[in-house]
Amino acid sequence: MQLVLEKRAERSTTIALISPLIAIGLTIVTLCVVFAVLGKNPIAALAVYFIDPLTDGYSLQEIAVKATPLVMIAIGLSLCYLANAWNIGAEGQFLIGAVAGSWLAVKTQGTDAGNWVLPAMLALGAVAGALYALIPAICKVRFGASEILTSLMLVYVADLLLDYLVRGPWRDPQGFNFPTTAEFDPVATVPTLIEGGRLHLGSIIALFVVAAGAVLLGRTIKGFEIRVVGAAPRAARFGGFNANQLVLLTFAISGALAGLAGIIEVAGPVGHLQPGISPGYGFTAIIVAFLGRLNPIGILIAGLFLALTFIGGEQAQIAMKIPLDVTKVFQGILLFYVLACDSLILYRFRLISTSPKVQSGAH
Amino acid sequence: MGLIEAIILSVLAASTPLLLAATGELVTERSGVLNLGVEGMMIVGAACGFGGAWLSGSIIVGALCGIVAGILMSLIFALMALGLAVNQVATGLALTILGIGLSGLIGAGFVGERIAPAPHLHIPGLSDLPLAGRVLFGEDGFVYLSIALVVCVWWFLYRTRTGLILRACGDNHTSAHALGYPVLRIRLYAVMFGGACAGLAGAYLPLAYTPFFIPGMTAGRGWIALALTVFASWRPARLVVGAYLFGAVTILQLHAQGAGIGIPSQFMSSLPYLATIIVLVLLSRARTGGSTAPAALGTVFVPDR
Repeated sequence: MQLVLEKRAERSTTIALISPLIAIGLTIVTLCVVFAVLGKNPIAALAVYFIDPLTDGYSLQEIAVKATPLVMIAIGLSLCYLANAWNIGAEGQFLIGAVAGSWLAVKTQGTDAGNWVLPAMLALGAVAGALYALIPAICKVRFGASEILTSLMLVYVADLLLDYLVRGPWRDPQGFNFPTTAEFDPVATVPTLIEGGRLHLGSIIALFVVAAGAVLLGRTIKGFEIRVVGAAPRAARFGGFNANQLVLLTFAISGALAGLAGIIEVAGPVGHLQPGISPGYGFTAIIVAFLGRLNPIGILIAGLFLALTFIGGEQAQIAMKIPLDVTKVFQGILLFYVLACDSLILYRFRLISTSPKVQSGAH
Repeated sequence: MGLIEAIILSVLAASTPLLLAATGELVTERSGVLNLGVEGMMIVGAACGFGGAWLSGSIIVGALCGIVAGILMSLIFALMALGLAVNQVATGLALTILGIGLSGLIGAGFVGERIAPAPHLHIPGLSDLPLAGRVLFGEDGFVYLSIALVVCVWWFLYRTRTGLILRACGDNHTSAHALGYPVLRIRLYAVMFGGACAGLAGAYLPLAYTPFFIPGMTAGRGWIALALTVFASWRPARLVVGAYLFGAVTILQLHAQGAGIGIPSQFMSSLPYLATIIVLVLLSRARTGGSTAPAALGTVFVPDR
């Protein structure tokens, strides 16, 4: 007897619906094993990870704050992945957006610049992110260079550029030599929604992005083209869709959203530019995009879930001394299970007999 | 020891992990599988390699731990990409994300520890020759191993029947399957070889390059190794040239930083990454007459009976 994979006649809609849930279930089981190996009580650890953050208002706000960049970046990435364009450098576009927007905040610091500063910063962040994402896109459509490798290399470059700026020209003179800019002026800061709270305007913008993504994919011709180019490239060619143009478009949109997320993060929760503004949002957003099945509403839910793991991970470190790296392991395992479960939408397992005699007897 | 000799020695040391990882990935890709998880396999190899060497006190045990860790990581990839026919790009990314987290967990106990680095070869007389003595006869074992490995891989791919079958799987899996070759099994072995090489390449960093482990110490070398296979047009001989060129860029920017030529260190540090992009663009542009990549690279294969 042998277990083989075979293609289903039609994609299974049941599995398509429940596969993210199976994946999360399997990940939690695996996580219990990891906790047990680390010598922690799995049940107590799971409670700290997934239940405790949901029980107090501060943590709930913090989940929304963390989900904001994840969802915004993942919506853009989902467009790329649907069009079969592999932008994996969202982390770099996020950082460049943060740098470009911060430039204006640093330049207008201490002047009596008006309320135009923040909108201009957000626009700068989005434009810079889009331009930065267009580098790998142009390298791909014009020269045929792998966008996977070039977009990833640019993450390291963006990281070093940010490091240079906050240690050199933009360093706060009153900052005791810490690598950071001065705290942004109030006109250069994303306003919070609740007095004294953490929830900020960025979360509302993220919801708009989700809605816009849903409209683009479900209600417009461009969205249709994006999906066809990825799913059936030959059909797209016959339909006269310009695949190269769609690569440029999806990269530009995802870069703009990542850049916007970057400047919102810096001008919002962080308040100044410094190294380490991102705990890997650009990479975690890849997981969010896949867990959300490349669907805007799914991405919103997946983004909130992964934000929960960030907060849960921090609390588990404080309360139970569980290393922060467990969160990364968790996210990696989750992506594996999501991909594996997705495979079962198109394929199924079947036990076949390897003995030829039995096979001919069956017919 | 002269400055030139010192620079050549450090270039060889910086190139060796790139060469090891890229050689493994070249075999994997020649069989038609694109494993983007090289960075993840390398960093886990680095953590396990250092852990093995630190606990046992033996560099060889450390190297073996790195190799085994790399193979185990590659088996996860194989289960997904070959067993479950999952998209290889997404699986490779997942492997890298998992590897970075795992290496942090594994290496947490070893951060700050030091070991005696891998010893260098010393042949009395030969190693003391002026100019070329140290470069040719005074390297650590990994350097010789990496060169021997490339030669073996070249011989295997172009001079053996199995190598021909492996390349056939990479160029047209349907035909290879129709001829009766076990495509998935061959790809499994190729992926495992890639994992072993990446694990060894990762282990080289804490065992010979710097005698300690720090999280994230691979610093994108796995991705540069992936770019090197493109640079080499999937040919082992060109891989050697590419790896040593990249090693040279890495070392020269370090020396330039040390010499203090007034350019911010961050700009010099970004040179290897920028060089990768420029090389990818130039090479892809020069190749307008058709791609030299294995034709079935990155496509899933589910055998029909």
